Amino acid sequence: MSLVARYLEENGIPTVLIATARDIVERCGVARLVHTDYPLGNPCGQPFNVEEQRQIVAVAADLLETATEPGTTITAPFEWPKGDEWKRLVLTEERPFLEGEHYDKWMQGKERYRELKKEGKV
Amino acid sequence: MSDYVRYIDKTREYYLSQGYDKPYKWAHFEDIPFTELTKPLDQCRATIVSTSSITYRQEEASDAPHATLTDSVYSIDTDVPKDRLFTDIGHFDSHETTLEDVDSFYPVTHLRNLVAEGRLDSLATRCHGVLTSYSQRRTLEVDAPEVLRRCREDQVDVAFMVPV
Repeated sequence: MSLVARYLEENGIPTVLIATARDIVERCGVARLVHTDYPLGNPCGQPFNVEEQRQIVAVAADLLETATEPGTTITAPFEWPKGDEWKRLVLTEERPFLEGEHYDKWMQGKERYRELKKEGKV
Repeated sequence: MSDYVRYIDKTREYYLSQGYDKPYKWAHFEDIPFTELTKPLDQCRATIVSTSSITYRQEEASDAPHATLTDSVYSIDTDVPKDRLFTDIGHFDSHETTLEDVDSFYPVTHLRNLVAEGRLDSLATRCHGVLTSYSQRRTLEVDAPEVLRRCREDQVDVAFMVPV
């Protein structure tokens, strides 16, 4: 996603990312980032917390106007309500990232991509 | 509150433990392109670009738009009602949270509200989905230009980019 944002910026369209994986976005380098320090999946706020989501998206809108230099990151002012244990557990044996049908689907996708690449179709 | 997760380190360790010994090479650039707004935000038309594989339930039995390996950019009309939007993507922290509320990762309702409040001028008629998991080269050479083309076609001024 950061690559697409960079491309739009290079071609004259201002962008703002709303993202949870701050290190990945900042390693790539984007113009504007609102970092929400939440588990992967809810960059715009907790599910069904309408007011929190509204505020996070408003921060992103503000950042479009106020950022004066590339690589500007703002952290959304919210904490995950169930505590920080998820940060230790994410991507561990205890909490595998992809399981069951999602893992199978991912592996099938990878294999299919390899085949299509061989055929010159991607 | 503890510091934020270093996903680059975590994924490297995790996939090494799963037997994948070739770590993923995350994109990295020294320079960062930057375009300033050329007009006030309340005169800007906005869109969303999402990697959530967002799609929607059709009223009739036919395929709703979604990404495929050979056609990895697709668009969704912004007026599709929220209760028909969904994703079945597995790439998120499914142990800790859910993707049951699309507004938590695809903020079309909130952008619509910003338009109603006068903070934005308008929402483009389409938002865009991108499949970004397979090839950085493809993202740069095929998908990003296609997203740009669609944004220009819709006269988009600003883009909210939301990875999941």
